[in-house]
Amino acid sequence: MSHRQLSEQEAREKSSELRSYLWGFGLALILTLIPFGLAAYTQMAAGTLYLVIAGCAVIQIVVHFRFFLHITLARNKREDLQLILFTVLILAIMVGGTLWILFNLYYRMMPDMLP
Amino acid sequence: MTTITKPNDGHANRTPHRVHHPGLNLGPAHQESEDTREEMVFGFWVFMMSDLIIFGLLFATYVTMLGGTAGGPGPSDLFELKSAFIETMLLLTSSFTFGMASLALKYRSDRKVLVIWLLVTLLLGLGFLAHELHDFHKMFTEGGVPSRSGFLSAFFSLVPLHGLHVIGACIWLIALLGQIAVHGLDPPTKTGLMRLAILWHFLDVVWIGIFSLVYLGGIV
Repeated sequence: MSHRQLSEQEAREKSSELRSYLWGFGLALILTLIPFGLAAYTQMAAGTLYLVIAGCAVIQIVVHFRFFLHITLARNKREDLQLILFTVLILAIMVGGTLWILFNLYYRMMPDMLP
Repeated sequence: MTTITKPNDGHANRTPHRVHHPGLNLGPAHQESEDTREEMVFGFWVFMMSDLIIFGLLFATYVTMLGGTAGGPGPSDLFELKSAFIETMLLLTSSFTFGMASLALKYRSDRKVLVIWLLVTLLLGLGFLAHELHDFHKMFTEGGVPSRSGFLSAFFSLVPLHGLHVIGACIWLIALLGQIAVHGLDPPTKTGLMRLAILWHFLDVVWIGIFSLVYLGGIV
């Protein structure tokens, strides 16, 4: 038979994992369609649109980690959550520092480079 | 299937199986390789996170170079919303189909369903690559070459690096299909599939940043 004989617990796990992927896919689709739709079909002010795009992107990244990569707040998965959060901290310092220093430099020396 | 229960653990049937590593765990039915898998999958996560730092810094470089078009073509001249949307959909769907492949690996003993989902994923990945190469070609013909300006250099170090990762992932996927054909689902193949799943979902996460910041941000 194609199906391995699943225990009751496995069957429950299977349906909850399938649901998780479907939820993730659905949410990711919505969060992709919102920014693309707004950018293509509306005349929103650029500032608001940037905020919406950034917001959708951040939420979609969390959705991907939660539903596709199975990173949750559960106690037995704390180690990897810590790994990811530490990486995000390092990234925030390095990316934030890069932007801060370079845009400050542009402001003082090369105003043409400012957006 | 017997579930592993400890003698004095009355909750064994209600609590989920022990989680060995981040991501989808294959569970007690695939016990034979659980020990090495724990280390290899966690190690792969550490690598993935270092890759995330590279991408993050290339994003930062790209943002600082947005003003540096040096009179050459800028984002709104070169980018097309439609092709960015198609690429996004291809990659997002491939992430979902890889998820289905992971579930087939975990819950089915035959290889057919697993291989079908993997082939669908591979086709979607190749479709994404073809579309992206077509985009780059179009940019080149419009004068958007990497040496034209700081902005284009930054663009071509960020976006093609992601494409290169997708090429690598596709080659890895083909190699794993070969492994499945030759060796069947032995422990190294299973571990390889689980690590590739992490890479694949991760590349989709990086693409969220690219389509939001580079394409949507550039066109608005």
